[in-house]
Amino acid sequence: MTDLTNMTMAQALKSLDNKDFTSVEITQAHIDAMAQAKDLNCFITETPELALEQAAASDARRAAGNAGALDGIPIAMKDLFCTKGVRTTAASGILENFIPQYESTVSQNLLNAGTVSLGKANLDQFAMGSSNTTSKFGNVISPWKKQNGSNADLVPGGSSGGSAAAVSARIAMAATGTDTGGSIRQPAAFCGLAGIKPTYGRCSRWGVVAFASSLDQAGAFARNVEDSALLLKSMCGFDPKDSTSADITVPDFAAALTQDIKGKKIGIPKEYRIDGVPDEIVKLWDNGIDMLKDAGAEIIDVSLPHTKYALPTYYVIAPAEASSNLARYDGVRYGTRVEGDNLDKTYENTRAAGFGDEVIRRIMIGTYALSSGYYDAYYIKAQKVRRLISNDFKSVFEKCDALLTPTAPSAAFAIGENEDDPVKMYLNDVFTIPASLAGLPGMSVPAGLDSDGLPLGLQIIGRPWDEEMVLRVGQTIETAANFTAQPQLATDKAA
Amino acid sequence: MSITKKDVAKVANLARIKMDDAKLEALLPQLTNIIGFVEQLSEVDTDNVEPLASVVDLNARLREDEVTDGGYPKEILANAPEELEGYFVVPKVVE
Repeated sequence: MTDLTNMTMAQALKSLDNKDFTSVEITQAHIDAMAQAKDLNCFITETPELALEQAAASDARRAAGNAGALDGIPIAMKDLFCTKGVRTTAASGILENFIPQYESTVSQNLLNAGTVSLGKANLDQFAMGSSNTTSKFGNVISPWKKQNGSNADLVPGGSSGGSAAAVSARIAMAATGTDTGGSIRQPAAFCGLAGIKPTYGRCSRWGVVAFASSLDQAGAFARNVEDSALLLKSMCGFDPKDSTSADITVPDFAAALTQDIKGKKIGIPKEYRIDGVPDEIVKLWDNGIDMLKDAGAEIIDVSLPHTKYALPTYYVIAPAEASSNLARYDGVRYGTRVEGDNLDKTYENTRAAGFGDEVIRRIMIGTYALSSGYYDAYYIKAQKVRRLISNDFKSVFEKCDALLTPTAPSAAFAIGENEDDPVKMYLNDVFTIPASLAGLPGMSVPAGLDSDGLPLGLQIIGRPWDEEMVLRVGQTIETAANFTAQPQLATDKAA
Repeated sequence: MSITKKDVAKVANLARIKMDDAKLEALLPQLTNIIGFVEQLSEVDTDNVEPLASVVDLNARLREDEVTDGGYPKEILANAPEELEGYFVVPKVVE
């Protein structure tokens, strides 16, 4: 019998239609995988009973001829999406017992498409981190190990670390994520997955716990580009409840994959050749360029002159928005409360107890940048540089159809590495942040392994609303790289 | 520019996060480091550049001014740390 946990969503949908197996069967297989891989800590809240109920309902829909686009597919939901009646924590202490009374638009869209939710995936607290080591509910451990004899636990990347680890470890067929500065693309690269963040405004932010509202965007993880396109399609769509949701048609992303990239112009931004990036990453990038050339694309060198200022710009804007967004956690209307002698002391005690170190650090930076006397020097200045960064992209997209860059400056690192210095940790997102600041669609596809056998990803950045080109270039790389490696854990299980 | 422990305490107060002396001491070098890092923005010439607040070139949508939501106090109060007869309860604010 086929391994129900090691097939693509596209295959599974076909097999469900053919009655090769039922959603209950495939869901049960993933629930078993989830139970076996508990030590990876992919989930904050597992919902196996709910999943089986949803799977049974899905089988009934399919039997009645009413199956949705993704009916019966078991997925993981990042625990940043509010799910009605299912605890939603944002991996924080302050929301440890928060049970939403409503469903986020993205998770509702997926319910409408018929997906089955295995549970709420672990993440960095309030999506702040690049290693999934800031969760109140413990670190997520990557299913990948270095093939050099070291048995050290590796990070899955972050912030959507639980989502990435679950899909990579064959616990979920696909997963939702959110990306503020790289939180889908970097973990996708670390875990050998396809991960796409669409254009800002494609997915509704309604019901997603807010981190930095002008940057936050939901997206999809899957084990190949086609599956990521299928999941993304069902997540997107106009939502009047989000004032920045775009009222434009969502194309059939997967259909775009039937077209090649012959004659398309792919830009290679020279500023992404930064010092200190390992030779292996540079070589991977050069290989990627050759793959696109071989596929008939025209490669052109381009310049994004303000690239080096993207990271400092982000580390003003994102914390500033976070400090404002997280002001709502006051222990009054919802969330954990720690009493004090008066209301102010209650706020102070509540927030000191409810937020982790990284969240406090970012709230402090943001509050500082927004405080009287510093607002112009930091916040307004960063917004001005953000415009210059955005303009850089506008001018290169007059000359090319997409950009190719590395996704991250390294492969996955060991848990505990890079912890001593926040700025060093922030450098993980040096290649992903510029596109976030400009609101552009970006995706990471696995393109090779490093000398330790760990996955490395390449990033494709596209024009606003042109996810189709991003996916087409992504699939071209995927096909040429023929990435078939699987994490140790999944290989062991198959053996 | 350098920040002091007093600055950190002031910001902690603005952010309503309780911090003891040890925490302030621990945060000071970290915040100094991050702020030092973002200060490189000052070298960028931004004269005549408009700040970018949103990447979406969409006009704000207008809708009819009518009630479209509400009327479920139970759900609103469902996650309240303390509630009484349809109200959130907070520590006494007025003596």
